[in-house]
Amino acid sequence: MSLPMPSLQGEFALRCSNLHRYLGQGEGRVHVLRGVSFEARRGQVYAIVGPSGCGKSTLLYLLGLLDRPDGGELAINGQLMSNDDDAARTAARCEHIGFVFQFHFLMLEFSALENVMMPMRKRGVLSAAAMADRAHALLDSVGLGAKTHRLGTQLSGGEQQRVAIARALANEPAILLADEPTGNLDVRNSGMVFDLLTRLAKENGQAVVLVTHNPEIAQRCDVTRPMRDGLFV
Amino acid sequence: MSPNLRIAFRFLTAKKRAMLMSLACTILGVGLFIVTQATTSGFQEFFIATMLGTDGAMRIEDRLQDTMRSMEAAGGSEFQILQRDGVKYIEGVEEPSLIMNALRDFSGVTGVSQVLRGNAQLTSALKTEDAQVFGINLDDHLMVSDLEHHVVVGSLAKFRESPSGALVGRVIADRLQLAVNDWFVVHARGQSRRFRVAAIYETGVRDIDKTRVYLDLSQARSLLRRPTGATFVQISLADPTRAPAVARHMQEILRHSVKPWQEREKAWLTVFRALSISSGITVTVFTLIASLAMFNTLAMVVLEKTKDIAILRSMGYERRDITRIFLWQAAIVLLIGAVLGALFGALVTYGVSRVPLPINTIFKTETFIVSWNVWHYAQAITTAVVMVMIASIIPARRAARLEPGDIVRGTAQ
Repeated sequence: MSLPMPSLQGEFALRCSNLHRYLGQGEGRVHVLRGVSFEARRGQVYAIVGPSGCGKSTLLYLLGLLDRPDGGELAINGQLMSNDDDAARTAARCEHIGFVFQFHFLMLEFSALENVMMPMRKRGVLSAAAMADRAHALLDSVGLGAKTHRLGTQLSGGEQQRVAIARALANEPAILLADEPTGNLDVRNSGMVFDLLTRLAKENGQAVVLVTHNPEIAQRCDVTRPMRDGLFV
Repeated sequence: MSPNLRIAFRFLTAKKRAMLMSLACTILGVGLFIVTQATTSGFQEFFIATMLGTDGAMRIEDRLQDTMRSMEAAGGSEFQILQRDGVKYIEGVEEPSLIMNALRDFSGVTGVSQVLRGNAQLTSALKTEDAQVFGINLDDHLMVSDLEHHVVVGSLAKFRESPSGALVGRVIADRLQLAVNDWFVVHARGQSRRFRVAAIYETGVRDIDKTRVYLDLSQARSLLRRPTGATFVQISLADPTRAPAVARHMQEILRHSVKPWQEREKAWLTVFRALSISSGITVTVFTLIASLAMFNTLAMVVLEKTKDIAILRSMGYERRDITRIFLWQAAIVLLIGAVLGALFGALVTYGVSRVPLPINTIFKTETFIVSWNVWHYAQAITTAVVMVMIASIIPARRAARLEPGDIVRGTAQ
């Protein structure tokens, strides 16, 4: 099945059809995704839920161009990316996609401000001063305006995750992908992180796709897509 | 500062202990390379300078005469006397003035001096010693040797002014207990003549200082009964390294045997060459250790920074960015290591040059001889750069090959 490609400013930030992915080798090879199709509209928050091992995270990494599908098609902002080379996929990640991982994944030797500026530095569109201003603004918006110069090691788990959200939004991506963004946080911090994620995404018209085991979080999303055995059910 | 350099610098400072170890190895590698080169070359260069200052860059010794390859009997006979193909050497230079005039036309020749040599015995008030008389024209000989700088007591002016003046080597002067202005007798070819010590010289080459006595050429001719000819003609060159090529050229034109210093001192030069190879192996091991330390450190950093690599890749950093981040780390360590290593090498070289080491056999020195040559520093740094960067490419490329999806999933190998 071939994807009808909308324009860059189209309704869908992300579309995929019939994605297949195998993991492992030899006898241990597992058919993790069995022809998954998915689409994400701008300004909408999607939750992918399901039991462990059903293929949620694998799908998320494929959608974020961190991994390659063994079959199927994937389009980011209307551009077919599934067969592109590593350079094109990397460039697309830089421009269109923001990630939030479960275990914060901040670069701990860098301050909160430097972590947020890092994607902007790679993209190289803004001046140094403009990058710093934007990073300050993003950290302000996640409630860390007073801790911009703290190193990753000097921040709590919830604070690290908020920095990660600010960093994911740094290049104003069309798509925000979050893998269990609240999985490592207590209830209070989980609610705060989710609210932030959805509020900022809605404000900026970004499509948010998050993988979660948390039913409360899933219920608060615009769309919930349950998965089982490598397929949406 | 580029984003990659910024990240590299921060990664470096985060692994202080490992990086300091790599830095220390690089400093040691570069420094010891410099010290080893400085000491090995120091002795070799000093030996060459001493030898050029005593016996010159080249010597023309014997006249060449072609031999017949075969002599065929007359009368159509097939009888032949076969001889080895080659040349015959007629000892000495029969027409030294002609040869010297011809030599002055060769480019690069800075001085020529005819020398008449003969065996003799020297007798002082106390004892008699065997010696070799060298008859020279002082001004000519000063152009082809460092005799002026070798004088330790007395003066060349006295030698120049007085026909009975002699320049006596320090060792033989000590043996005969001769001082400046002392008289001694030279016995040669059945004649005995009195000479006065005008100056005592010391080349540092024991074989020269214990046998050689310089006399005025005309006095030597009379003493050795050689009114014409010379034993050899000594030549100095502006660029002594060209001696073999110039010697070949001269030999073809002048039909005299011409020996460059490289051939004359082959035995010692071979020893120095062996020492150079040996020290080359040693310094290569030093830099190999530095590169292995860097490899080990970077490999460790790659292992510890896989999550950071995944983050960077997820936010759009390309594989080549990751490679560069790790190569920058090696480059920073190399830069600091090269600068500090060069300083360390210079300091140790200076320290070594102050170490007392009296030598008075093939040259004279009281301390360790070192060579201050900018090329040693360039070679040390280049070797370290090549080896460390080669060693760094492997972990850097491994880091770049890591798949971000695999790292996040936790299956990165």
